[in-house]
Amino acid sequence: MAEFKMPKLGADMTAGTLIEWLKEPGDSVKRGDIIAEVDTDKGIIEVEVFVDGVLEKLLIEAGAEVPVGTALAIINENGKLAEKVEPTDAQESERPIGEERLRVSPSARKLAEKLGVDLRTVTGSGKGGRIQRKDVELATQEVQLEKVEAKPEKTKSETERFSRMRRSIAAAMARSKREIPHYYLGTTVDMTRALEWLEEENSKRSIKNRILYSVLLLKAVALALQEMPEFNGTWENDELQLVKNINIGTAISLRQGGLVAPALHDTNERGLDDLMKNLRDLVNRTRAGTLRSSELSDSTITVTNLGEQSVETVFGVIYPPQVALVGFGKIYEDVSVIEGKMKACQKINASLAADHRASDGHRGAKFLASIERLLQEPEKL
Amino acid sequence: MNREELESRVLKTLGEIAPEADLTAIKPNVSFRDQMDLDSMDYLNFVIALDEDFGAEIPESEYTKFTSLDACVEQLQRLEVT
Repeated sequence: MAEFKMPKLGADMTAGTLIEWLKEPGDSVKRGDIIAEVDTDKGIIEVEVFVDGVLEKLLIEAGAEVPVGTALAIINENGKLAEKVEPTDAQESERPIGEERLRVSPSARKLAEKLGVDLRTVTGSGKGGRIQRKDVELATQEVQLEKVEAKPEKTKSETERFSRMRRSIAAAMARSKREIPHYYLGTTVDMTRALEWLEEENSKRSIKNRILYSVLLLKAVALALQEMPEFNGTWENDELQLVKNINIGTAISLRQGGLVAPALHDTNERGLDDLMKNLRDLVNRTRAGTLRSSELSDSTITVTNLGEQSVETVFGVIYPPQVALVGFGKIYEDVSVIEGKMKACQKINASLAADHRASDGHRGAKFLASIERLLQEPEKL
Repeated sequence: MNREELESRVLKTLGEIAPEADLTAIKPNVSFRDQMDLDSMDYLNFVIALDEDFGAEIPESEYTKFTSLDACVEQLQRLEVT
């Protein structure tokens, strides 16, 4: 048996409200299936399951706010991934609900599940208090009224959510500045070749398949992390925990204010087209409020690109427990002297904010140099 | 499709990309990015949506030209959308 727990979707998250179960007891689940929606400071998040099995029992009802780590359901990992066998209507069901055992006809149970009626609130009119279908039907109207009052609104007011998000960001950033001894490095990257290559590449594509330059930056950071793995991980229990997968948290601003940095899983292993497709999907879902739990919990480093806001250089704050953040400013025109000759070029300022407990400036400098080098060969990204 | 209809459909498309925008306040000759908080991904989504909504088959070379309401109408008229 495995417990499906309220996930921690960020350094600052302490509790979440279960909005809705998307699976029922008896349903087969596979790793990656979305089985519930949880309301957090970052919006309504679709929560995935990380084991294969059968959803054995729901422990928490929709509407409950519970601390991170609370068991929400039990999943039977040995359960057959097969069709559910429904008992016949003539059979009486005595499946436990919570601590109680209720006598319920299968038909009544099925209807109650369909209508969302809590059987513990239904008075059975059958023999020995057995709940029958007609009892559920009678209770339906009352339950529907209760649901309207008790179930949390799917969309909280924007003001309230913004306020909660600000508090959440405040907690994470205050923790970062309190606990993490940041050091900062910056370099200027010549983007001329990368942008020329991208323009040529895009000219061969339809607009739908266009690649934005930010994808080149993400891929270059991901490949540089392969060379410098100490920037890809977390600082926990007084030591650097390296993470094998490179899941870049991509800072995405929200229209109503605030930001989220969901993970682009396995950034280093994706081709540019795949990365672009996934980035577009991630940005759209972030702004639509339909992120998945793994996207909020799996980031191993953050990349923020504030160039579109005309920022020259970013001095980032690391998102704990991560150990690094790479920032990019705007692309600007400049003149370089190459072999004694002046040449117009396009540049970008790349910066690194890193945790001095986990790495030193020397390695940080090499990391930035790797990013710069990789961007000079865009066709290899 | 006359200019008014084109403007109306462009604004509808824009509203789907940036639902918080006050479309009644859009100045037609000012770039969207100067009067709205659009980033490059929004712009890409907007041009793709125009391409799909109007069946315009916007060539890549025209990608950067849908910067304002006036520019959109001009480009769509040039592409002879129906």
